[in-house]
Amino acid sequence: MTPLLSVRDVSKSYGQRIGCTEASFDLYPGEVMGIVGESGSGKSTLLNCLAGHLEPDRGEVIFDTRSDGPRDTLRMSEPERRMLARTDWAFVHQNPRDGLRMAVSAGGNVGERLMAVGARHYGKIRDGAIDWLGRVEIDESRIDDRPRAFSGGMQQRLQIARNLVTGPRLVFMDEPTGGLDVSVQARLLDLLRGLVREMGLSAIIVTHDLAVVRLLADRLMVMKSGRVVETGLTDQVLDDPQHPYTQLLVSSVLQV
Amino acid sequence: MQAMIDLRNVSKSFTLHNQGGATIEVMRGAQVSVAPGECVALTGNSGAGKSTLMRMIYGNYLTGSGQILVGGVDVAAAEPRDILALRRETLGYVSQFLRVVPRVPTREVVAEPLLAVGRDRDEALDKAEELLARLNIPEALWALSPTTFSGGEQQRVNIARGFAHPYPALLLDEPTASLDATNRATVLALIDEAKARGAAIIGIFHDEDARARVADREVDVSAFTPAREA
Repeated sequence: MTPLLSVRDVSKSYGQRIGCTEASFDLYPGEVMGIVGESGSGKSTLLNCLAGHLEPDRGEVIFDTRSDGPRDTLRMSEPERRMLARTDWAFVHQNPRDGLRMAVSAGGNVGERLMAVGARHYGKIRDGAIDWLGRVEIDESRIDDRPRAFSGGMQQRLQIARNLVTGPRLVFMDEPTGGLDVSVQARLLDLLRGLVREMGLSAIIVTHDLAVVRLLADRLMVMKSGRVVETGLTDQVLDDPQHPYTQLLVSSVLQV
Repeated sequence: MQAMIDLRNVSKSFTLHNQGGATIEVMRGAQVSVAPGECVALTGNSGAGKSTLMRMIYGNYLTGSGQILVGGVDVAAAEPRDILALRRETLGYVSQFLRVVPRVPTREVVAEPLLAVGRDRDEALDKAEELLARLNIPEALWALSPTTFSGGEQQRVNIARGFAHPYPALLLDEPTASLDATNRATVLALIDEAKARGAAIIGIFHDEDARARVADREVDVSAFTPAREA
């Protein structure tokens, strides 16, 4: 099977300081990979390099495109990469304000993504938006409300609906449950897991929350000081960590 | 007959980097072979490494050296995605603890292994309900998340989930602990049925009667425990 995403030796420095270095991995269709590490470990830098938000200093990010097969997205033209970002990729930000248009209604936030990939029929766009609001458990009666009238958890669910409505194949998530109450987190995790299963999505999730990756991720990558120090099956890395840093990370979690 | 589960000269150490780099050798030269339709009980005192060995077979713990062949896949050397496929199709594990996403109804927790192998949703839910009924989980609880259930109920949900998909290989960690006589009999019947359809089973049973009833052989894990310096 061809990997959906092949990452080869991706490195990014900020002047003298290493952001991330020599990151390599393959992600297969339907797989969910977690990237964990403390603040400053380079996990968000890596995610942003993969998603085309940052330009790495070197390396390859090869994506299996629908039309032309595997292509290095770092060497695509800007319009090509933007088209990919609109159709096949999605990016869920930690702060929903970074991923939503706050002055546009909830329905508009979801519908404008459909328009961006060519939908023109107003009724169909609205139906698509209603369908997706329902899937992320936002009542249809809120379709014309602006996101600022929503709670944090609802905003995050709206962001997910906006991102998934176009049927992407790969979702990047940066701390998707960060800053939410635990009860809201659980609801979001349940939702994300269901969507990953139903849509056959692949996902890369950056988080510092080990409980989140245990429930969502098939595989885990542990980063420290910009380097990948350990990879493996999620439960294996958490239950039998090999690297000193992973052992410290796992043993530092408070048991509840 | 060719073994379904075959452990060849398996060893394992833990290195505790944050506790002075201590290395503890916990397993040396482990050999276990289980044929289809056979149930092998692991025995040995607490700390002998029964659960450790079981976790190594499931790929939850890394193996130091040797081979762990399950349906022809060497778990000790396989890539994560191959182990995931093995766990989905071939190798089931009933652990002592239920770990689920909060909010997911019990019925779906039990149906999940069937949905994961692409079975029809209605069919998967029917099978889940059948198992829950057999294990005496009241129907009123099926639509609720098992996270708030009692210990015994959670264990039965775990067992129902472990037996939903007919895995050719099964690992059972104390499947009858903390069950009353009726439910214990049901679990033993489920094990017998799995054997009859050809499943290779490795179990840990502290319940000696249960062990005697379902196990065809015993393997004393303390034979693989390296001598510790006092």
